[in-house]
Order: sequence, then C-alpha cells, then structure tokens
Amino acid sequence: MAVERKVPSIIDNPMNFCPGCGHGIIIRLICECLEELGQDQNVIFAIGVGCSSNLGGGLVTDRLHCAHGRAGAVATGMKRVNPDNMVITYQGDGDAYSIGIAESFNAAYRNENITVITVNNTNFGMTGGQMSWTTMEGQKTTTSPHGRDCAVTGYPIRFPELVANEFRVAYAARGSVSSPARINALKGYIKNALEAQLNKEGYSIVEVLSPCAVNWGMTPEEAMTHIEEDLTQYFPIGVFQDRRNQE
Amino acid sequence: MAEMMKGNIAIAEAAVRAGVRLYAGYPITPSTEIMEYLSGRLPEVGGAFIQAESELAGINMVIGGASCGVRALTASSGPGISLKQEGISILSDEELSAVVINVVRYGNGLGTLYSSQCDYNRETRGGGNGDYRCIVLCPSSIQEAVEQISLAYELAEKYRVVSVLMTEGALGQMMEPVDLPDFVEPKRNPWGFDGKYTYKKIGIFDRDSMKESVLLKEKYAAIKENEQRWESEGVEDADYVFVSYGLPGRSTLGAVRQLRDEGFRVGLIRPITAWPFPEKAFAQINPGVKGIITVEANATGQLVDDAALAIKKNSSANIPAYALTYVYGVPPIKSIKADFKKILNGEIREVY
Repeated sequence: MAVERKVPSIIDNPMNFCPGCGHGIIIRLICECLEELGQDQNVIFAIGVGCSSNLGGGLVTDRLHCAHGRAGAVATGMKRVNPDNMVITYQGDGDAYSIGIAESFNAAYRNENITVITVNNTNFGMTGGQMSWTTMEGQKTTTSPHGRDCAVTGYPIRFPELVANEFRVAYAARGSVSSPARINALKGYIKNALEAQLNKEGYSIVEVLSPCAVNWGMTPEEAMTHIEEDLTQYFPIGVFQDRRNQE
Repeated sequence: MAEMMKGNIAIAEAAVRAGVRLYAGYPITPSTEIMEYLSGRLPEVGGAFIQAESELAGINMVIGGASCGVRALTASSGPGISLKQEGISILSDEELSAVVINVVRYGNGLGTLYSSQCDYNRETRGGGNGDYRCIVLCPSSIQEAVEQISLAYELAEKYRVVSVLMTEGALGQMMEPVDLPDFVEPKRNPWGFDGKYTYKKIGIFDRDSMKESVLLKEKYAAIKENEQRWESEGVEDADYVFVSYGLPGRSTLGAVRQLRDEGFRVGLIRPITAWPFPEKAFAQINPGVKGIITVEANATGQLVDDAALAIKKNSSANIPAYALTYVYGVPPIKSIKADFKKILNGEIREVY
C-alpha cells in the first residue's frame, strides 16, 4: 500500500544545494523534530552566511539572515526578548567557527538558551572551497593548495568538545549524515538539543559532519565514505555533554 | 520639577520611559554610564540587559531584539561605534528600527576621551557598507536629549531605519536640571518575529535590488522632505550666519547674542537633525548675507560641507563658507567672537 511521503509543513520552497550536499538532510531533520515537538509554528531561525543561507529561501518560518558569523549574538537578542519562542542558529563551520568564533563561544559561555546547529563540511563551501578552521590536516582547498599545513594554520577546531568541557552548556553533540544509521542518530541529537531549549536547560549545540562533494572533488558516494573513514577519526560522533535534568 | 541629573543617566532613564526593553553593549568611556544604569534598571521593568563580549556582538543582539519588534538600544563611543557599523548596515537593509547612541569622543583609531563632534561625517553618511542613511539627532542640552529618545524611536519606526542620538562626551558627563518624559507603554512593532511567521518576508534569494532601490530612494527623499529639524535665530537680516549643533551650538548662540549686542548682524542655525540636514533653514537667510560660519568640535571641518551645500541650494550668489574648528571640547564664547573678528579682517579664509 502506498504511504504518503510527508514533508514537514514549514518546508515550502526548493533549496538550491549542490549535488551530494548534506544540508537538505539536516534541514529536513530539524523541521521534522520541530514538528514532532509541536514547535514548528513557534520558531525563529538566525541564519549564517554561506550555504546555510539557503535555509532562508526554503522555509516558511520567521528567520533572519545574520551578518557573517554573528548568528550567536543575534539569536541571543531574539531569545532574550522572546523567551518562549524556539530560537535556532543555522550556520556552517566557516561562519560559526572562523569569523563568528567570538559570538559562538560567547553564546555558549553565557549558556544562552538557544540551539546551535553547525554544518561542518571542513571548508567554506559557498565561496568555492577555502580553508576553514575545521579543514583537515593536509586537506587541499583553494587557500591551502598544497594541503593544510597545521604548523602554520593551527589544527582543526572541535567546537562541541570545547564548549562541553569548558562551559556549563546543556547539551553538545556531533552527528553525521553519512549513513542512514548516522542520520537516525543525528535526529536524536537534534531532538535532544531542541528539547533542552524547550525545557530552558540552556545552550545546546549539534555539529553535523556533512559532505561537500563539489569542493572536495569527490562523487557524493566518495564524500560519504570520506566522512566515515577520515573525518570521524578526528571529529568523533557522539554526545559530549548530555542533558542533566531531562524528564 | 526639574532634577539635577548626569547626561548619560538621564538619557538611559529616558530610554526606559520610551519603552526600551533590550539593551546590549560593551563599556567604553564616555558612554559607559548608560549601560551601567540600564544593567540595574531594565530588569526592574521586565526588560533585558546583556553585557556583550564586544560592540559587534552588542549591535547584533540589538538586531535580534529589533527583529522581534522590541525597542532595542545600544550606546558607545569612538572605536566602539566603528565596530557597530556592520550591524547598523544590516538593520538598515532589513528595515528594522533601532536606536544607537554615540557619545562622541575625539580622535581617529582609539582616539581620546575628550568630548568632540568628529564623527559627524560618519554618522550623517550611513557609516557602514551600502547606500543608506540613519536619522541623526544632535541634542544641545540634557533636556533636549531626553526628549529626543522617544522621538528617535518614533522616527525609526515610522521609516524603518536606524536613528542615531549623536551626543558628545561632555553632554554625557555633565549635570543639568532635567524634566524626564513620561512613561510610554512598551509596544511590539507589527513586523516583529513571533515564531508563527505572522509577518511574511521575501525569501533571501528572491529579493530584487532594482525594485528595492526605487523604494529606498523614495524613503530617504521623504525623510529629507519631512524630518528636517533646527532652531534658528536672527538669520533674516544677518550679514553672517553661524551654523553649529550640540554643545558648540549652545555656546555659539551665546556668541551670536553678544555680537548682536555689540552691533554685529549675526544669526544662528542650530541643526537638531544632522541628517537630514536642515537645508530648509537656509531659505530663511537674508539674501544679502556675506558668509556662513560653522563652529565645530573637530580638526578638519565637516559640518561646513553640508552648510556650504545648503547655502548653494538656497542662493545663486557665491556666498563664502567658513569653518571655525576647535578640535575638541566646547568652544568658549570669547573664542568664537575673537575668531569671528578674524574672519571679518581676513585672517581666516573661507573653505568654499
């Protein structure tokens, strides 16, 4: 018997992602979680600059396109005046961890009651694949053409671990979209992050390892394999700070 | 009854009374008392106070509050206002209303702590990237400043722009008798986010800059036409008209009155809005005027450009425009009078 393929109601328009991109899966999961929590008509997105901006074109929700890296600060202002709305930042690794690292860290430092979703594809996707703070050692990008030399550029940052270890955040996890099992686990992480906010437990973050097949110079299948075999070695999947006071 | 209050404190309390319910900012002299006061005061009225990690974060928190339709405020000085330009440009682009207070201090870069008017050009030209203007109010007394706070929000919300209250270090730090305005009921602007997508927005990638540009041009033209504010005195028969705002505007008024008593036919235009610049005030000037003279607390002369353009708009005669620049502080009446006489005897030459 045919089963209706149900799309979350707040997803309205097609989003223009490259072939093999992971953003679409992640946005879908966020929207499914919001709907399942009864919060899809009670949400404001603070959107980063880059590929993450496409969320703004696809959803029919309150959303603001923030300046490069500032979503953590903008979401703080939103949540302080609308504490009963769900406030979610949606950013890439370049936006959240390079230009926006101050705003990202400080939102976590204050344990701001927002949910941060960071799509980590280890490069600046929208601008054509430059090195970001999560680019892997040796990874070739348009600004590390000989492979990232961590001796002079620093080592890839593991943001969820940092805020879980250093600040009293409510929830911190890293997931991946590299297999159906990973996607199912990721949905659980996102749901926990949103529930933490709903219960006013404090700051929650889910980083998602996501393929950028075009800028990585790989097929979509190769990109998924790269996540599984290489990225997860440096960026472990899992929960780094679990919720303390869940029901 | 009027109460003696420090400028920054009076302005901060006036902001609470104007319905401000979010403040976010970072300390910097000589504006800091505004945030110090609001850190205790806003929670008393159910508002949010956030000590931000930087001015950049502060203005972006203001964007967050403004996007939810709340009257949001930040204040700073010198390089702090430079950091806020990114956010002011974003607010302007998103057509969100907010108020930024610049308690101007003198100098480039880190600058100094001296009271000044050196940020005139930046404030009146938008300041950040793009093609926008902020409405700029420039009070010359604490009383005028506390009355301009609610005006700043009303104008910002009417046109959906950012209003800047451009005060000066001395105005923030000095005390004067002040009657505070009454409380207004805090309101939510109809475009504010409520989580339900009540107010529809055009998709990020569906915007048409060409179409928007037509509306932008109309909006700024309407502000220019409708919102020029100034005070003038003695311009109809003046041989020389002074142009000065803020605290220097106040001492220039004293100089003008004394010079009148001494037999000189002089007048004053004191802009109350620095943008839109009160060009209309210049239409009332004596057609036979021999010169206009700006009195400014900066080094290079900034107001003189706008004054010269305004006189050009209102007169076909090539009327000279002079600039008396006192760098920082508030020029004393005797200095303005002495320099006026240097203009008369040719020691100080016109700028235009």
